Amino acid sequence: MTTVIGQLINALQLGSIYALVALGYSMVYGIISLLNFAHGDIIMVGAYAAWFIMTSLNSFLPFGAVAAIAVVFSILICTLLGAGIEKVAYAPLRSAPRLSLLITAIGVSYFLENMAQMIFGAGAKSVPNIISIGSFHVGKMTVSWTSAITLIVSVISMAVLTVFVKKTKMGKAMRAVSEDVGTAQLMGINPNKTISLTFAIGSALAGIGSILYCCAYAQASPTMGSMLGLKAFVAAVLGGIGSIPGAVLGGFAIGLAETLVSSVGLSVWKDAIVFAILIIVLIFKPAGILGKKKIEKV
Amino acid sequence: MKKIFSIVLAVAMLATALFMFAGCGEKKVTNEIVVGMIGPYTGGTAQYGLAVQNGAKLYFDEVNAAGGVNGFKIKVVAYDSKGEDAEANTAFSRLVDEGMSAFLGEVLTGTTLAIVPDAFEKQIPMVTASATADAVTVNPDTGAVYNNVFRTCFIDSFQGIKMAQYAKEKLGAKTAAVIYQTGDDYAEGLAKSFVEECGKIGIDVVAEAAYAKGDVDFKSQLTNFVSKNPDVVFCPNYYQDDGMIITQARQVGLTCKFLGGDGWGNVTKYASAEDLNGCLYASAFDESDEKVKEFKAKYIEKFGADAPFNMFSALAYDAAKVIVNALQKATAVTPDNVKAGYFTSDAYKADVINAIKTQSGSIDGLTTNGYSFDEKNNPIKSITIVECVNGEEVSRGLY
Repeated sequence: MTTVIGQLINALQLGSIYALVALGYSMVYGIISLLNFAHGDIIMVGAYAAWFIMTSLNSFLPFGAVAAIAVVFSILICTLLGAGIEKVAYAPLRSAPRLSLLITAIGVSYFLENMAQMIFGAGAKSVPNIISIGSFHVGKMTVSWTSAITLIVSVISMAVLTVFVKKTKMGKAMRAVSEDVGTAQLMGINPNKTISLTFAIGSALAGIGSILYCCAYAQASPTMGSMLGLKAFVAAVLGGIGSIPGAVLGGFAIGLAETLVSSVGLSVWKDAIVFAILIIVLIFKPAGILGKKKIEKV
Repeated sequence: MKKIFSIVLAVAMLATALFMFAGCGEKKVTNEIVVGMIGPYTGGTAQYGLAVQNGAKLYFDEVNAAGGVNGFKIKVVAYDSKGEDAEANTAFSRLVDEGMSAFLGEVLTGTTLAIVPDAFEKQIPMVTASATADAVTVNPDTGAVYNNVFRTCFIDSFQGIKMAQYAKEKLGAKTAAVIYQTGDDYAEGLAKSFVEECGKIGIDVVAEAAYAKGDVDFKSQLTNFVSKNPDVVFCPNYYQDDGMIITQARQVGLTCKFLGGDGWGNVTKYASAEDLNGCLYASAFDESDEKVKEFKAKYIEKFGADAPFNMFSALAYDAAKVIVNALQKATAVTPDNVKAGYFTSDAYKADVINAIKTQSGSIDGLTTNGYSFDEKNNPIKSITIVECVNGEEVSRGLY
């Protein structure tokens, strides 16, 4: 029984990281129909930012202060990077075919990976644990604070995002632009600003994801974002790409699937199962669990 | 005039030829035993080649300075293979022609494999300090053991056997779990030999888990381990993965000791000091050992501080010891009664091969106390145990 609950906690921790990353994918897709393949690599940059702060400031400042700076710095870097990439690489292609945008995104992804490799080397960097407060016991079971905090932080982030999108003016603008750019513009919404904002928010979530990722796996490497990004993409598609609750649902579902597969001793098949889910979803329910079926008008 | 010149020339050539034949016909009584060495002394892998050559030469020189083998000096002849198979083969034939009694080398696995069939056919006693592939001592096609080929470095899977024995004997482990990367020869080989040895010595392997290359989440497998409560976990992967596995193990509440192989070197950079405390791994070489320190000082004095020094220098020194020990045991003559061709005779070489196989137990090496060789001529020797203590990797001596 403790094993089952332990596995469930593992699934929730893994799932919440996927969910945070999937949210970024989904929001960006929702607003400009772009699969932002560089999204996973933004997490990689965030992880390196955390590593940089944690290892360079720890001799001057107490641990708590360094950890706090690392969190803020990573999120800030990710936000700026996300918005910056949108301005430099995607904004000039606003009226270009969607395929060009997709190819650009792949290019940005490779650019970030190779740049990280050039600056930091190909090997992994060990990130000191930001949540270094051990674990607590529930009955006979050990639960690490890392897992608990990961779950809490992601739930809070998702709640805040939902409120933001539903209740604020900027959130309304985002929804309007994703419905119809032209009409939104006629209503006095600045689509460029709104799109930048969406990228910034998605990337800030990726920044939070990168911190939580580092807490769980404690390493930053140039290619860490690609597999994470792909799995989060599967999560977004499973939940229904473009849908915020769908991304969360998809993230947790993928986390659960991976944990389930590993816990029964098939860990080697983990990736295969995740991508099998993608194929099955695309065949039987391409719009995803919570996605809206759009009718293409000719 | 021209005619006379050519006659003189012809006579001169004939005389030279006759003289050479005469030289060949009468075998010289030699007071030297020739030991051949081949290695990449130039090119990209020269670091290894020179480390082996210097380490071995250091011992041969010591032996010569102390009077040699039963009064016979050792003559070391070393040729550069440049890391190429063809060069290595040519050099080997040349050494055979020069009357080599024993061979120390080759250094790289590839070139060693190129030489082995020839060495086997000619039954030259051969000890390599650094070639780790199984096929070095066993013909991969027929499964037959090359009776003349030995090595002083252990093969990868040997560490699994040693760590199982260590867990049982020194840690009192009764149960163990194993987590390893599938598809990786190194990790799978160690895991397999560990589990097999556990079966032999009575450790119950309560859980085995695998993961794929590139995985970063091991919590599911480790959570399963928690309920089985193993005394030790054997984790024979490379350091980056090992660091993550141990960190996550502590997170899910797995508190037992983790053990690993020499892939763990530098693991303290990849997990926190607290999480790693008490974890142990096997290593081939211990630079903090007094004997090794003394060896290194002599090495630097002789070859300079710039000369490549690594674990192969020490293994080559041990290989030279294995060879000299066998030469000594097999030499039944003295400089007074030695017959021509004694050291190049097949009988002598056969005695040397036999002496390496059966009489290396007393060798006090840098990397082991005593060598013996199993049925595949792989060494059964000590390993160095390294413990992680407060973020440092501290040697716990030979086991």
